[in-house]
Amino acid sequence: MITSAPLWSVLVVPALLAAFAAAAVTADGLLAARAAGRPLRAAVAAGPLAEVPRLLAGQRRSTVASDALLWRLGVLSVPAAGVLAALVIPFGDVTASRMSVGVVWFNAMEVLTWAGLWMAGWGANSALSLVGGYRFVAQGLAYELPLMFALIAAAAGAQSLDVADIAAAQSHLWFAVWMPAAFVIYLVSVYAFSFLGPFAYPAGRDLAGGVLAELSGADRLALEAGRWLLLTAGAGMAVPLFLGGGAGPVLPAWAWSAAKTLAVLALLVWGRRRLPVLRADRYAELAWVVLIPLAIVQALVPALVDLAR
Amino acid sequence: MIAIFWVLAPLAAASGFMVFRFSSMARATIALLVSFLASGALLILLGLGYLGVVVILMMVMEMIIMAVFMIAYMMNPAGLMPMSMTHNKPRARAISVTSFLLLAAGIFAVPWPPRAGAPPASPTFQLGAALMGSQMLTMVTLGFVLLATMVTAIVLATHRGRYDRFGDDLKRRPAADPAQGGVGM
Repeated sequence: MITSAPLWSVLVVPALLAAFAAAAVTADGLLAARAAGRPLRAAVAAGPLAEVPRLLAGQRRSTVASDALLWRLGVLSVPAAGVLAALVIPFGDVTASRMSVGVVWFNAMEVLTWAGLWMAGWGANSALSLVGGYRFVAQGLAYELPLMFALIAAAAGAQSLDVADIAAAQSHLWFAVWMPAAFVIYLVSVYAFSFLGPFAYPAGRDLAGGVLAELSGADRLALEAGRWLLLTAGAGMAVPLFLGGGAGPVLPAWAWSAAKTLAVLALLVWGRRRLPVLRADRYAELAWVVLIPLAIVQALVPALVDLAR
Repeated sequence: MIAIFWVLAPLAAASGFMVFRFSSMARATIALLVSFLASGALLILLGLGYLGVVVILMMVMEMIIMAVFMIAYMMNPAGLMPMSMTHNKPRARAISVTSFLLLAAGIFAVPWPPRAGAPPASPTFQLGAALMGSQMLTMVTLGFVLLATMVTAIVLATHRGRYDRFGDDLKRRPAADPAQGGVGM
């Protein structure tokens, strides 16, 4: 039974999320080093995290006629969205905030990235970063609806919007097993809302970094950290939604939650280097012509199973 | 609870007011978004969790899409030149202040009845039962009207039809699209 933790646990969520995200960033750095043929030393592993103090001490760039208010607000709302989305994820037997509409809350907080990245792109008064912001909106129109139907499929399977109920409903069979399409669409959408891997289009190299183009110092750290926090929150949410939550033999629930989260995170980090970046217009066509019908049919399956019960 | 209300309610009203003060379309849109976010949070405060979170979810997406069109169609979108979004100022001000005072006076003047009954255990379930039960016909009709409107608007707006994509005999595969590389269906 998943219980709500005391209020102070809200402060533990960002720390835990950041720890998992740091592990993901380290693994990503090691994979990059291996791909480049560099020796895998401790310095290589610490490399990405060693950027943190450098960025914190670095000067923040300002541009001519920038809309500083929207720019900073946009940059900060991306990591904030990651942390807020993670509030409803149960970890083992406890959850920082047990909400009766937890799935919708997760969805709403992840959608805050739309506003965040668009503002981050707009505020800098730079063409490249503006194009990056618009790219994320185009990408959002493509990924959001399949993601919503994937979330609906999991919620319909448990007949509840409460994340703890959804995890508990998988005591016999994981949703990932009998709703594989929803699971895969969900994982793809995690890349999309954290604009990493195949969905790094808004921060693409062809745009000199897109939304990241004009960011330096603490601003760059906030946005870069934000996308990894979102990826980690997405991996963490996959566990109660599709992988049975903290349920498992022998080990305690928190250990299973941690192990499953790390497994999903490892898959996402590995896949990020294997998949090419997709153009938003190409993915939009795939999403609307193939993925949305597929996700609707997938959501029909738990609905019919519920009716038959 | 009351403290949170007194943070959110003035925020919603003030940012709604700022929509008409900002000359930048981007700032005006974000001010409206902040107003909607505060209203959504107020709904959560009232115990209507689902409605509040859905307002936040939908309004973020809607306001960002609106921003794209505001900036595409309005002159001077970045507000670098002063412009006003209001017309007929003195009369509009008089009307809005008078109607606000009348409505506010009404809140205090009306003898409110004492609460009868208790809120339902699950407002989300009640909402779903109402939409899918007694209001089913309304919702289905609305859904079809909205879908038909969207399809019609797209058909009217696009200059390319299926003969442009699939050729005169509709046999060309994949379709000839201006941006190559999609599904081509």
